[in-house]
Amino acid sequence: MSDLFDDPAPGQNTPEFTVSEISGEVKRTLEGTFGRIRVKGEVGRVFKARSGHLYYDVKDDRSVLACTTWKGQVSGLSVVPEEGLEVVVTGRLTAFGAQSKYNMNVEEVAVAGQGALMALLEKRKKQLEAEGLFDAARKQPLPYLPRFIGVVTSPSGAVIRDILHRLRDRFPRKVMVWPVAVQGANCAAEVARAIDGFNQFTPGGALPRPDLIIVARGGGSVEDLWGFNEEVVARAAAASQIPLISAVGHETDTTLIDFVSDMRAPTPTAAAELAVPVRLDLLAWTGEQGARLSRAASQTIDQRRQRLRDLSRALPKPDTLLETPRQRLDRTADRLPQALIKGVQNRKVQLAETAASLRPSSLRQLVKGRSEKLDSISARLTLRPVLREITTQKDRLGALTQRLETAQNARVDRQRQQLDAAGRQLEILSYRATLARGYAVVRDGDQLVTSKVAAANATSLEIEFADGSYQAASKG
Amino acid sequence: MTTQTPAQIPVEEMSFELAMRELEGVVDQLERGDVALDASIALYERGAALKKRCEDELKRAEEKVAAITLDANGAATGTAPLDAG
Repeated sequence: MSDLFDDPAPGQNTPEFTVSEISGEVKRTLEGTFGRIRVKGEVGRVFKARSGHLYYDVKDDRSVLACTTWKGQVSGLSVVPEEGLEVVVTGRLTAFGAQSKYNMNVEEVAVAGQGALMALLEKRKKQLEAEGLFDAARKQPLPYLPRFIGVVTSPSGAVIRDILHRLRDRFPRKVMVWPVAVQGANCAAEVARAIDGFNQFTPGGALPRPDLIIVARGGGSVEDLWGFNEEVVARAAAASQIPLISAVGHETDTTLIDFVSDMRAPTPTAAAELAVPVRLDLLAWTGEQGARLSRAASQTIDQRRQRLRDLSRALPKPDTLLETPRQRLDRTADRLPQALIKGVQNRKVQLAETAASLRPSSLRQLVKGRSEKLDSISARLTLRPVLREITTQKDRLGALTQRLETAQNARVDRQRQQLDAAGRQLEILSYRATLARGYAVVRDGDQLVTSKVAAANATSLEIEFADGSYQAASKG
Repeated sequence: MTTQTPAQIPVEEMSFELAMRELEGVVDQLERGDVALDASIALYERGAALKKRCEDELKRAEEKVAAITLDANGAATGTAPLDAG
């Protein structure tokens, strides 16, 4: 029974801890035993928390070590860990009691050897190339003679001096230097910011917008130049609207920015040479053009003068020009009076021919013909046909009138005969005819009396005979 | 870039490079000698103006070196003279 709960027995020497005690003990042991150490491995998953802390794994083929770099430490890292990168991390092992986990707080990340660094660079190069940032079509032409040159470099040191010297030798220009760290942790961010900053100057703004940017740095180790291999720098250079010359390191050093810049200069001095032409050459060229110009101009006039002289020599004398026309005039003038006389004669003959056929007798003949024609037509003009027509129509009217009267009389006679016949018929059919044969009609006032009863009741009886009515006395 | 043709840009506003190219063209044309006389006079005048423009640009070889000053956030605030030796 007693096994069910912890019952400390005397003589038992197993030490006892609370959870927090043992957590604290483990943490102390880890930190005390290992102290500051270096661990080599490949970076695994990387997570940057919103707080700014960086969480990532460093692993080999069998194990994983959780690493943290606090927000304040991140800016001190010379290399920001990236998945797949072989690194050596430096820091302290510690434990996180709340989760029973141990991890390493990393203060320093170094790439594990040149090979790893180059592998990382290759990977970035491939990625940017795949995005098309290296395309030749993206390269902008450099201005022939920029007015303002923006230089992104360290304000002190040989590089800016070399650039300014070479510019002065060739063609002094206005130069603005954007000071940046050219190595170390801040290098990449500052360079990217400077390129972007120059691009944000507006033409005519408070700060003049450069029409050319030079990003320069002197020679150094791969690690020294590493900032110019960072993606943020390459992207800023690719995005620059202002043509950009990169001049990082010596001729043999190639950094990522060289692939995206519009022109790569092997050295900072060479960048200055690419940036501006030689002023003295241009002055000489201008002078020569001026000489050619005036030579060509005077030649043009000389040529034309010569041509004028040649042409005027070939021009014929005015007298010779007039000879032929004058001859023609003379000849024609001679013929003029004769021509007039001949013209009048011709017309005279023509008139005589025409006038010959013009005589009064021909006109008279014409009048006679017309008058005869008129006479014959007048003879045919008389009233007789009209009178004949009137007589004919009058006869027709008489006949029609007679026919109308006859027809009317016949119609009246016929109707009278019909009426007489009908009257006779009526007489025959009337009751009065019956009266003559001995019948009588008896009436009581207006009523017919047709029975003995009616006669007995009647007030007065009137009997009608053929020759008149007889008033019978009433029964009374 | 501008859509204007070079002939439309006043000579005084041309970049050095453009003025140079134009001048070269004018000289070539005059040397060929196939331009009408009055046109050639106008052409010469244009050439002279272009040459002057080029010379003026070349005379204006001015050196001025300044360093951008930055605020705490790394943004440009102005310029200060730079003595790089």
